[in-house]
Amino acid sequence: MKLIEKYKDEITEILSHYPVKRSALIPLLYLAQQDEGYVSEAAMKEIAQMLRLTPPQVYETATFYTMLNLKPVGKFHLQICKSLMCALVGSDTVIGWVKTKLGIGPGETTADRLFTLSTVECLAACGTAPMMQVNEDYYERLTEEKFDRILADLKKYGTCSLKTGPFMWPEPANAVNHDA
Amino acid sequence: MSKHEPVLLKNMQRPGYTGSLQDYEQTGGYQALRKVIGKVPPAEVTTTVMKSGLRGRGGAGFPTGVKWGFLPKDYQGPRYLCCNADESEPGTFKDRQLIERDPHQILEGILLAAYAIGAESAYIYIRGEFVLGAKILESAIAEARIAGYIGANILGAGITVNVWVHRGAGAYICGEETALLESLEGKRGLPRVKPPFPATHGLYNKPTVVNNVETLANLPHIISRGSEWFSAIGSPPKSTGTRIFCVSGHVKRPGNYEVPMGVTFRELIYEEAGGMRSNKPLKAFIPGGASAPFLTPDSLDVKLDFESVAAAGSMLGSGGVTVMEEGTDMVWAALRLMEFFYHESCGKCSPCREGSSWLVQTMRRIVAKRGQMEDLETLVDLCKNIVGRTVCSFGDAEISPIMSTLKHWRPEYVRLIHEAEAANLIALKRPAGRP
Repeated sequence: MKLIEKYKDEITEILSHYPVKRSALIPLLYLAQQDEGYVSEAAMKEIAQMLRLTPPQVYETATFYTMLNLKPVGKFHLQICKSLMCALVGSDTVIGWVKTKLGIGPGETTADRLFTLSTVECLAACGTAPMMQVNEDYYERLTEEKFDRILADLKKYGTCSLKTGPFMWPEPANAVNHDA
Repeated sequence: MSKHEPVLLKNMQRPGYTGSLQDYEQTGGYQALRKVIGKVPPAEVTTTVMKSGLRGRGGAGFPTGVKWGFLPKDYQGPRYLCCNADESEPGTFKDRQLIERDPHQILEGILLAAYAIGAESAYIYIRGEFVLGAKILESAIAEARIAGYIGANILGAGITVNVWVHRGAGAYICGEETALLESLEGKRGLPRVKPPFPATHGLYNKPTVVNNVETLANLPHIISRGSEWFSAIGSPPKSTGTRIFCVSGHVKRPGNYEVPMGVTFRELIYEEAGGMRSNKPLKAFIPGGASAPFLTPDSLDVKLDFESVAAAGSMLGSGGVTVMEEGTDMVWAALRLMEFFYHESCGKCSPCREGSSWLVQTMRRIVAKRGQMEDLETLVDLCKNIVGRTVCSFGDAEISPIMSTLKHWRPEYVRLIHEAEAANLIALKRPAGRP
């Protein structure tokens, strides 16, 4: 089914934000990704038509941005930050846990297509490192116990309550400790 | 507890503060907007901001009021304001907290800036990974729209400002203001050749101002309390106000600390952030995000203001302070940052695109104990051929980790190479000078 039929209202809303149509390109690519889990060639062609661009114009933008997946990824996309600030406090160890617990390295997907691992650069959580992003959610101050629980919860419930809410670190004095 | 009174983080530190419109209004929110909109001429708002001495908090530290002043006065068409929320500089995580905990403070700043420069549309360009932040901003915008702060005829003053959230998609370079504009136009995020500057040819080739989140968040306070109040904080005359420093690495209490500019690194690291996490002493620190050259413990008494950090041979940058303890391998640390820059180089300029790749290859070889002494010259040679030869300042930034670690910890490089030579691990003799 075409995006324009399925998401007519969302697309009208997105287009209304910009005086120039091409600005809607990344938001529409996100919409396509949300729909199929990745940005397919068919979607790119349809978006090109919508914005009166050529397919290569869409492709050239889509290939620049790492968050746009041009091929399918697992149901849970584990993105572990490996930049220096995370590496100083153990992000390589976290990557190691993925290898031992799920048997995948960076760029690989488990056979059941549940998990894909990517190593990524700084996600602005350096004070609460090591960290990973799973689909849209941040998980910070990772320990092995936390990591095991996150994987178990994701498999079981599709989400995990250990994800970060509105961020503040250090936490205000009266805050509840969610790490326990 | 910090002995310094916070400005930007004050609200969110109140018990039970949620960042909702109601909470924000109860702490005096939107009073600055009420004070000026339709009552004080926009030029006067700009003058107040100029007098306050506020400088950009994104990294470059350009005076905000002066930046606004570059917009053509007689231009009749649309003007744009962009809020740079693409926080991606490794070591920096302050904007994320401002966005998620007190979004209306930023929105009020955006409205004040838009009023001052005469923009009817403002875009918040937020990094794609901040999904939660984007949602929080969108609901805050919806709240403010219903309350009459955003949209047509704001507070009955006949002024229109619309605010939109635009998500990036994972490119560090889009924090560079012209790359941000390209990205917002739906293109690859390649920085533009300047001049012309965004002030005259920005978004859609129209006069545009791009300001960082923290910069904008300061505006309501400057307008409410006056430029003199603001310019008395910090290290006047050149570094006024507070800054949120993001402390990461081997400290006891990493996190965001708002202090007046001009406190020392020693105070920030040992008092605010609780000192080192173990009994290992401090070996090195990065004062202002990955783009800032490393400093040694000798610089701990340097003041955290633009001029002092520059005089110490680094830069205050984005405020990301990363602390490393004794025992940290500095060549490895430099390689980690170099890998970041290699990954994020946009590819527009050859010296940066090719140079970052060669630098990573050479560094990996040294770290893997396959290096030779001439590799050190190669590193310096490559760095010198990148700096100043690129369209944007990414090229100048990416050489900082290697050049500064080579300057302070050259023996660590040499030791790795000696180990390589001793172990005779160089299987193939490579042609001289080639990476």
